[in-house]
Formats: sequence, C-alpha cells, structure tokens
Amino acid sequence: MSSAAIPQPVSVDANLPLLEMRAVAKRFGSREVLKNISLNIVSGEFLTLLGESGSGKTTLLRLVAGFEQPTSGEIWMSGEHLDTLPPYKRRVNTVFQNYALFPHLNVRDNIAYGLRVQRAPKNEIPGRVNDALNMVKMAEFATARPSRLSGGQQQRVALARALVNRPQLLLLDEPLSALDANLRKQMQSELKALQRQIGITFLFVTHDQEEAMALSDRIALLRDGVLEQVASPREIYAHPATAYSAQFIGQTNLLQGEIRRSIATCGVLRWPLEEEDGPVIFSLRPETIRLCPEGKRQTNEVKFRATIRQQIYGGTSELLEVDCGAGQLLRVRLPACGPLTGEHDFVFSIADAIRVAD
Amino acid sequence: MSRTSPTRRSPLLATYAALVFAFIYLPIVVLILYSFNRDGVGGFPPQHLTLDWYRQLLADVPIWDSVLNSLLVASGAVALSLTLGLLAALALDRARFPGKALFRRLVLLPLILPGIITGLSLLMFVVLAGLQLSLLTVLLGHGTALISVATTELFAGLQKTDRAQEEASLDLGATPWQTFWRITLPNLKLSLIAAGLLIFTLSMDEIAVTFFLIGRDNTLPLEIWGRLRRGITPEINAVSTLIFAVSVVLIVIWYRIRMRSVGTEAQHLLERP
Amino acid sequence: MYSRAYKTLVSAPPLLWVALFLLLPYALMFAHSFWTVQDGVLVHQWNLANYQKLLTNPLYAEVLFRTMRIAASVMLSSLLLGYPLAYYLSFHSGSRKELLYQLVIVPLWVSYLVRGYAWKTILGSEGVLNGFLQYAHITHEPVSFLLYSPFAVVLMLTHIYTPFVFLPIYASLEHIPRPLVEASQDLGASPTSTFFRVILPLSMPGLLAGATFAFVLSLGDFLAPLLVGGSSGTMIANIVQTLFGATYDWPLGAAISVCILLMTLSLLFLTERLEKRWSFK
Repeated sequence: MSSAAIPQPVSVDANLPLLEMRAVAKRFGSREVLKNISLNIVSGEFLTLLGESGSGKTTLLRLVAGFEQPTSGEIWMSGEHLDTLPPYKRRVNTVFQNYALFPHLNVRDNIAYGLRVQRAPKNEIPGRVNDALNMVKMAEFATARPSRLSGGQQQRVALARALVNRPQLLLLDEPLSALDANLRKQMQSELKALQRQIGITFLFVTHDQEEAMALSDRIALLRDGVLEQVASPREIYAHPATAYSAQFIGQTNLLQGEIRRSIATCGVLRWPLEEEDGPVIFSLRPETIRLCPEGKRQTNEVKFRATIRQQIYGGTSELLEVDCGAGQLLRVRLPACGPLTGEHDFVFSIADAIRVAD
Repeated sequence: MSRTSPTRRSPLLATYAALVFAFIYLPIVVLILYSFNRDGVGGFPPQHLTLDWYRQLLADVPIWDSVLNSLLVASGAVALSLTLGLLAALALDRARFPGKALFRRLVLLPLILPGIITGLSLLMFVVLAGLQLSLLTVLLGHGTALISVATTELFAGLQKTDRAQEEASLDLGATPWQTFWRITLPNLKLSLIAAGLLIFTLSMDEIAVTFFLIGRDNTLPLEIWGRLRRGITPEINAVSTLIFAVSVVLIVIWYRIRMRSVGTEAQHLLERP
Repeated sequence: MYSRAYKTLVSAPPLLWVALFLLLPYALMFAHSFWTVQDGVLVHQWNLANYQKLLTNPLYAEVLFRTMRIAASVMLSSLLLGYPLAYYLSFHSGSRKELLYQLVIVPLWVSYLVRGYAWKTILGSEGVLNGFLQYAHITHEPVSFLLYSPFAVVLMLTHIYTPFVFLPIYASLEHIPRPLVEASQDLGASPTSTFFRVILPLSMPGLLAGATFAFVLSLGDFLAPLLVGGSSGTMIANIVQTLFGATYDWPLGAAISVCILLMTLSLLFLTERLEKRWSFK
C-alpha cells in the first residue's frame, strides 16, 4: 500500500484503553443477546470479535457504532461516555458488511461524504479524498458509480470512505464475507498491512476463525452473548481456555476422562498428572501427535497404537482419522508422507494435552 | 426483514402524520355520521339520529336496479379484464415481439390518463361502429380501462412463480397446454383472485369513463350522480355509507390475498400506479 | 421454451383489443379534431378551424391556465401531505407499519364519488363545516367561499389524490436499504442531513411518479368542478364535457381533448426521462 498521508492518531498512554465496555448487556424483547460484556480495546490494536452467527458479535459492534443502545452497562471511549452519543457524534466509523455505498454518488463523493457533512475545511477535502483513494488503490475509479464496481472494489471504497474521517476507532462488520476465497486472502493481507501502517484501532467482526487468526493482535471469542476467551491468536491456539475455544479455533481432539490418584485416563490413553481427582477435558491438537518410529517413548510422552481409518491429503500435510481401540477416534496431522494403512504407533507430549474448562 | 433504522422517534412527524390521517378520514366519518341525521345533510351538530334514511334506501327501487346493473357490468368487466390481462401478462413475461414496449405503455395508459379521454375516445368508436349506448358499451369501457389493473397484478404474480416448475412439467411429459392448466394457472390463483376483487371494486365505483358510455340503464354511481343534481338528502349519505362499508371489506380482503401471493415487502414495492 | 404458437396465441388477443379499443379510438378522436360541425351536423372536412379557435379565443386559455393552476396546487398539497406520511410509515412506524399502510390504501380505492360527495356536504353554506363554525361561535355567518370555488376543487382533489401520491413515494422509500441510512449517520450526518442528502434523492423516482399522477389526473378531472367547483371552478375538461353534451360540437371537444392528451403524454415522457436519471440501479 502506498504510504498514507493519514497521520497517526495522537499517541496515547499505551496503558490507557481506547475503548472500554463495562458490563454491557443487550436484550431484544425477551432475548438476551449480550450478557455482561466487559472488554477493553487498546489504542492501535487490531481486535477481532469472533463467533458463530447469533453469538452477539454484530450486536456488540452496533452498540459501539451507536445503532443500538445497551440495555445496561456503559461504553467509554478516550475517557468520555460514548453510549449516550448518537452515531453521528461519535469518532467511530463503520465499514458495513454489504458496503452501503451511496448509489446516487460517485466514488469520490462517497468518500468525501463524511468530510462534507462534518464541514471539514473546503480546501482540505480534495487532498484528503485523493490520499484515501490512493491508499486503497482506487484513484482511477474516482468518478465511477458504485453500481459499476466489483465487490472487492466496493469494499475498498467503503474502507476509504470510513478512514478518510480519521476515526479513533474503525469498525468492520464482516467486510470480507461477500468476497470469493482468493480475493478474500488478498484483502486480508492488505487490510493487515494498512492497519499497521496507519495505526488506527480496528474492531473487526467475523465468524471465520482463520481470518481472525491471520489478522488480529487479539481475538475476543464470543459465545451466546458471553466472552469465552480474549487473547492473542497464538495464545488462544496454544492455550485454549475452554473446550469451545479449543474446537472453534483450529482443529483439536477433545479428550474426556478423569484424574484418579495422579493418573489421567481418557479412553485408552493414560498418563501421569499431578492434579486433584475429578473429571477432566483435554485439548490435543492434531499436529502435536507424531508417528513413533521405533517404539521409543520418552518419559514425558504418551504412546498409543491405532488403526488408520481415513486419510485426507492436504498438500503439505495429511489429516488422519485413527481408531485407538474401543471406538476412540483421534485426528492426527502429519507432514505429507504418502498413503498409510493399518496399525501404527503414535506419540504425543504430555505438555501438549492442554487442560480446558467445560 | 431489514433492521429498523436508528432514527430517533420524532413526535412532530408523528403528529403531522396523524393530522394527515385525520384529513383523509374525517370527511368520510362525517358522511357516515350524517346518514343517521334526521334533519338533513348540513348543520351541526347532528341531532335526532335515525335509521329512516336507510329504510328509505331499502325501498328505493331505482337504486337497487342500478345496483343490479353495476353488478352485471362489474362481473363482465372482471371476466373480460382477467382474461385479456392474463394473456397480456403472459405475453409481457414470455414473448418477445416488435412494439412490445409500446404495447406495455398502451395497456397501462388508461390507468394514468384522465377518464374523460378514455371515455370520449371510446364514445367516438361506439358511434362509428353504430352501437347503441347501453350497459354493453359501459362494459366495453370498464374492460378496456381495467385491463391494465389485471395485467399489472398478474405480471407481478408471474414474476414470482418459479419458472423451473413449468420446465419440470414439460420434462415429465406434459404438453404446454396441460402445463398451463395444471401448473401455471394454479400458481396464479391468488393473483387472479386479488386482481378480480380489485377490478370488481373499481368497476362498481367507476364514474368518469361510464359517464360518456351510459345508455338508459344507470349504474349505481351514475344513479347517485343523477340524484345529486336534484337535491341532496341523507339517503345519499346512507347509500354512500353502504358503498364505503362494502368497499372497505373488499379492499381489506384483496390486500390480505395479495400479501399472501406476493409477500409483504414485495407488496409494498409493487405499489406503483 | 415457449413455442411460437404459444407466444402468438398469448399476445394476439390483448394486442388486438388494445389496437381496436385504444389505438383506434384515440385515432378517431385525433381525426375528429380536424373536422367541424355545421348546422348541427358533423362535416368531415379536414381543417384546422378548431385549433385556430383554441388559440385565438382567450376563454380557452384562461380556463386552461386555471386548470393548470389547480392541478399544480393539488400536486403540491398532496405531496406536502403524502410525502411526510410515507416517510413516517417507512422509517418511524415500527410494528404498526402494516396496519397503518392498510389504513392509507383503503380510502384510495373507495369510491371517488363518495369522497367527493362528502366534501360537498361539508363545504356548503348550509354544510357541516359552516354549521360547526357557527356552533363553536367562531363565525356568525356562513362562510361562502368554501364551496363552489377553485379552492373547493383543490381541497377535494387533494383529498382524493394524497393516497395516490403516497403509494409510489412509500415504495421508493421502502426500497432504500436501511444500511445506507446507518452509513450516513455513521459518517457524521444528523438525521436531517441524512434525509436531504440520502433519503430524498433516492426517493425521487417515487416522488416524480406520484406528483405526475396527481397533476395529470387533476388536469383532466371534470367531476370535481361539477360537484364543488361552481362557475368559478370550471376546468378544461368541463368545457370538453359540455361540447360533447349540451353544446354539440364534437370536433372542438376532440381538439381540446387532443391537447389534454398531448400535454399529458409529454409530461409522462418528461417524467420518465427524469426518473431514469434519478434512479440509481
């Protein structure tokens, strides 16, 4: 992306959150869509609200944008009470899911809309609009009408239209969901680079966990109106807090069992574990399971024998479904190694069996 | 359904809207009220409420004759307009022929032109053809004017039907004729009923075109019109009230049917005169 | 998928009907306008006498301009009433939208005569309104200008056509995707600003359609003047009507009708062009 003339926002104390959601709840009629959400967004970060449809992520975004009011709780931005302000008074801009470009205005006028409406100095407007156009590489389409643009092009215009206003916070409501796969990947990397470059805080909503992992500094996983886990992608992946987190992000094997007298037992798998007795669930990522060449096992590893039921080739890796016996199935991801059949020995490190809450 | 927009409640606008509603309904309310007034059509307030005017209406033979005439014409108009309108809708939906755009405009023209134009031009035609002015000529006028209503409704209904159903029918061995009767027409059932109701109502109330094509036998609106020249009594209020009541029922039924056939959002989007 | 026989069978009857009962009658009317009446008999002699009469006799111009003023007034007042109503229903009425919509369209289809008659009884010197004003001691004598005046005609026609104007405007407004309104506010425009910059421009097609409808139909209306217009409220269509009735002069009447028709068609054409410009597909 070209170097943007959009200046960095005035640097704030890095410890002071830009946006604070304090015990925010939202109810529609009898339906509780959001329950007691407390979340802080740090200035300059790329935070993704991740969740299934119905998890409340879009509602939360709309609360920040101002299109809904919280039933209870408060939202604060830069030390000011945000949720009492109407949308047109907030220093927040939104990129809508279907772009919501004004059909009766051309690209340039769409982008200039916010500046005109807020009465920016007239002599500044053309310059800022041009910078925005260049930033999203749409300068040659300046006089085109939105109806003539492709989905990806409309999306860039929507982005420029929002960013030209130099908001403190940019909201993106699943902006890439309408694009096809290749275009989507391309836009993801452009978006990420753009955010790094201009430094504006992004609050991004998606249901696609791969997208969230690729783009975010932090992910806030929402489930049924409640925050399941808030952490960086690496952190969530390596240390999922709950079974839901483990399954939603990436793939995993959920091992259910119990601990008795310092032994963890999950089906046919057993290993020593110094923890209190009780039921337990572990998340074991498929790629942490390896083939065991000569039956050698370290003390901190678990070894088991399993029959290969299914093998799916994926270019660089294979995804195997293996039967450990007694119907216990596990998924194993191995580097590409050619077709395998029959029984094999597998091994994984005890440390890779992450204990998760229910 | 789209989300409601975040516009704040505006009491000023709501009040204004209420006033507009009042403007639309007040005259009719007054009319109905005075149909029960013993002392005539004007003055205020209405005292001595009575049903006498309705009793007088019941005994008024010429009125009921004209009602019968109107019913005859309306039924004929429904049959005529629906048939031609259905064919026109099918033609517009499926056939390509030179002058199609012109045809579409022509069909819709009587809807937007003042009735006097349609009425007079048909009068000239009738004279040229040597026909006597009668209920038949009235039927001719109504049919021509109301084809556009049928065409619009049925065209909308056709657009909603799944073309693949007809293809499936042909694929399974039915002839186009059979397909028409077994598949196309039943799919249009709701549209046909809705269009028929509307045409019936409009025909019963039609006055501008009828004015020029009427013979010795009056339709209901023309009979009332004649009465107006002779002097106003609340009996006219009474018959107007009845007309209003029946129309309301028919229109509400029409609306409900149309909603079911076309869907609520599409319903509103199609309301272009 | 449709055979030629099918298509022909389907197109022929309505085409024939339209040709016979629309095109032909219009052509007849057109032809009549070039003929004359002498001694009560129609003479098929082609000349421009009628059009000359129209252009030279100031009476016709006067009535025509009055008619256009009335039609313009009706158009403006029904817009002033119908647009805010449509806007309210589309954006502010929430759960009552369906009910309110039905309430608006019901009077639309109820008899023109019934509604016109209602106004006649209300506006007269002995009418309901005067009765009310005197009862409430607002006036002591009947107010006479209410009835049998252009004002009464405008009032009645506005009442008739406000629902007509409402419909296409409402349809246009419903067509506006709500995210556009949100986007406008998101970018900093107040609700008022949003209305003028986004909603109004996008509702233009409906507005134009409704306005045209009200104007054109008012232009050719002859019943309202007969009911409530009196002699000062006569409109051009009344002249036509008398020419076809008591004053037997079909050719002149046809000539005026042709003028009305041409005026109407050119207005429709103009509106259509404007609509195309203003519809952003």
